[in-house]
Amino acid sequence: MTTENEVVVHAHRDDVGARMGMWLFLLSEFLLFGGLFLMYSIYRYNHQHDFHIAAEGMNIFLGTANTIILLTSSLTMALAITAMQKGNKILSLVLQIVTFLFGLAFLVNKFFEWSAEFKEGNYPGSPILTAKPSGQILYYGLYYTMVGLHGVHVIVGMTIIAFMIRFTIKGIINKDDYVKLENAGLYWHLVDIIWIFLFPLFYLIT
Amino acid sequence: MSNSSIALDGNGKLPSYLIDQGKRKGLLAWLLSTDHKRIAILYMIGVLSFFAVGVSLGFIIRLELLTPQGTIIDAQAYNEIFTLHGVIMIFIVVIPAIPAIFGNFFLPIMIGAKDVAFPRLNLLSWYLYIIGGTMILLSMVLPGGAADTGWTFYIPYSVRTGTNMIFTLSAVFVLGFSSILTGMNFLTTIHRLRAPGMGWFKMPLFTWSLYATGWIQLLATPIVGITLLLVIIERVFGVGLFDPTLGGDPILFQHMFWMYSHPAVYIIIVPAMGVISEIIPVFAHRTIFGYKFIAYSSIAIAVFGSMVWAHHMFAVGLSNNAEFIFSLLTFLVAIPSAIKVFNWTATLYKGSIELEAPMLYALAFIFLFSIGGLTGIIQGALNVDIYLTDTYFIVGHIHYVIFGGTGMALFAALHYWLPKMFGRMYNKKVAKVAFWHIFVGFNILYFPFLIMGWLGMPRRSYHYLPKFQIYHIIATVGSWILVAGLLIMFINLLRSLRTGEIVTENNIWGGESLEWKVQTPPIAENFEEIPEVTAAPYEYKDNDEPVLEKEEVN
Repeated sequence: MTTENEVVVHAHRDDVGARMGMWLFLLSEFLLFGGLFLMYSIYRYNHQHDFHIAAEGMNIFLGTANTIILLTSSLTMALAITAMQKGNKILSLVLQIVTFLFGLAFLVNKFFEWSAEFKEGNYPGSPILTAKPSGQILYYGLYYTMVGLHGVHVIVGMTIIAFMIRFTIKGIINKDDYVKLENAGLYWHLVDIIWIFLFPLFYLIT
Repeated sequence: MSNSSIALDGNGKLPSYLIDQGKRKGLLAWLLSTDHKRIAILYMIGVLSFFAVGVSLGFIIRLELLTPQGTIIDAQAYNEIFTLHGVIMIFIVVIPAIPAIFGNFFLPIMIGAKDVAFPRLNLLSWYLYIIGGTMILLSMVLPGGAADTGWTFYIPYSVRTGTNMIFTLSAVFVLGFSSILTGMNFLTTIHRLRAPGMGWFKMPLFTWSLYATGWIQLLATPIVGITLLLVIIERVFGVGLFDPTLGGDPILFQHMFWMYSHPAVYIIIVPAMGVISEIIPVFAHRTIFGYKFIAYSSIAIAVFGSMVWAHHMFAVGLSNNAEFIFSLLTFLVAIPSAIKVFNWTATLYKGSIELEAPMLYALAFIFLFSIGGLTGIIQGALNVDIYLTDTYFIVGHIHYVIFGGTGMALFAALHYWLPKMFGRMYNKKVAKVAFWHIFVGFNILYFPFLIMGWLGMPRRSYHYLPKFQIYHIIATVGSWILVAGLLIMFINLLRSLRTGEIVTENNIWGGESLEWKVQTPPIAENFEEIPEVTAAPYEYKDNDEPVLEKEEVN
């Protein structure tokens, strides 16, 4: 491909197409988690009592705090996009950084929560957990897997936002071309919405 | 246009995509190219190389089975080899083969676009594909040995085996990600980049089949991705998810595996059907019969195909109601496939058929795929399936559908489109000789599978009863003929790239879709000007010469 042609290809701008691609990708992500939610529902149906007991060991305070953090970060992300649309680059930049920091706060919280669980011996393969009824082993298995995979998505989301911050500073994202930021926002909302389902399923079923 | 500054070559033609035109030259100009045509060629090299590996492994399996006891390899090596054969052929060869090679090359041209919607993502898909393939190869050579569970990775084998399972599982995960990105790319391309006038029902049927396939790739692949990821997590961290000793349910793994892997059958076969729908009308010189029915039946297959996965599990003890429903849906999913077969046959009726190599392979597809499809229906019946589960009957069925179906369509596509892609024609006589070797060898190889499976020969078995030996010997002889045919075919095609007769006309076979109206081989961005489409893709006058000349696009 010629360099000239390359310019033509990439200068071809299709914001609707870019958004469509992102939505299709998100659909795929939903199904990825869909497999896990399917497993959760089947195992919970088979082991209702064990799931109930295991969920009582969760730290509802930290879980709620993280829910608030993540919901607020979705708000700041949405505001960052609106600020960019209105041409307020500095405000958008600040809001993006705030979103990034909220993501970091979520992970720090999670770190303390998991450390506490590990101290109590509720980690995979530990003698304490292995001695418990199989329903509780499954609960913790799903808890670490689903919340862990969600955590990976938080990290990916933060990486994307870090790039957006860079693009905003360099002016690649600007008042007239902000579809990248919008797509980053869509991804961040996915991270948020999955947590909205994880939170009640693991913390509030007691 | 940007092309105006590029000098025309001697024949007054623009330089083709095969000539480096950018800053980079040589290998890097290929490995870093975002041109969909170059990426297609990269995929072709990858897929055909792995196909050679897969065929070699299959060849070893056939040699091993010449005698009822061990012949040339031990039992553990046998387990690893049939697993590798399945994993490589399914996940690295037939799933990407037609969409990633011919879809990449011709989808944008067929709908009048300069490239796919996300060219750089397209290149990323290829790199993921190569990483996945490399991991499989690594699992073969690293200490520990390749996975020995069969390509279905059933629990508890896959959590207990000491082999390099993690490499294999991660490879399939990465390959799945590559497939998802390709699907997403094609869907967006079809929605957004159709040329002016290219309405949905003016799209060639190959494009329709890629559209249906894109949705399956996008929606089904994540399920197997997460399932295999869970097995990795279970193996690495000892988290209880599927392992029954930790309370898990191995049957749930089978459900989740087949929820993807049954639709994957349609990722494999639907694009193949698209290829056949392109070739049949061109070589019968007739408008395709039932265009809309073929287009809709691709979608119908995608929808019904998502709801039949449990027919792989009739023997595990599902509830009667579930088995009844899945059996019924399995019969229903045969209908859209049959619609296509009848439409192709109706297209041939009263056509002036030209038996060129692509057409021979297309006809072989219809014949072999019908046998594969009908043996599938037999196993959709509950009581018969209990008897046939895990016998050679299923092995025969899968090879008739996947090799007889997608394999033949892949060869048809190679003979149909390769001259367009490289501007050189292969030796047509040798191509036909290769075809007859492949067709005859194929049937001698796989038909005995159906017979000995019906008589009770179990699949994946290293030792077998002496009464089955005669069928194994016949099959092994068939494999020699088949491999000879494959060698003749590939040598013929490869030779043509260097020494084949140069093709200059745009329309090599008399096709009506857009790829036959652009230069041979196509220029860097396919079109000098984006065409305005006014005609349907298969407008032939019945029994007459194609009406191509009437509306030149370039």
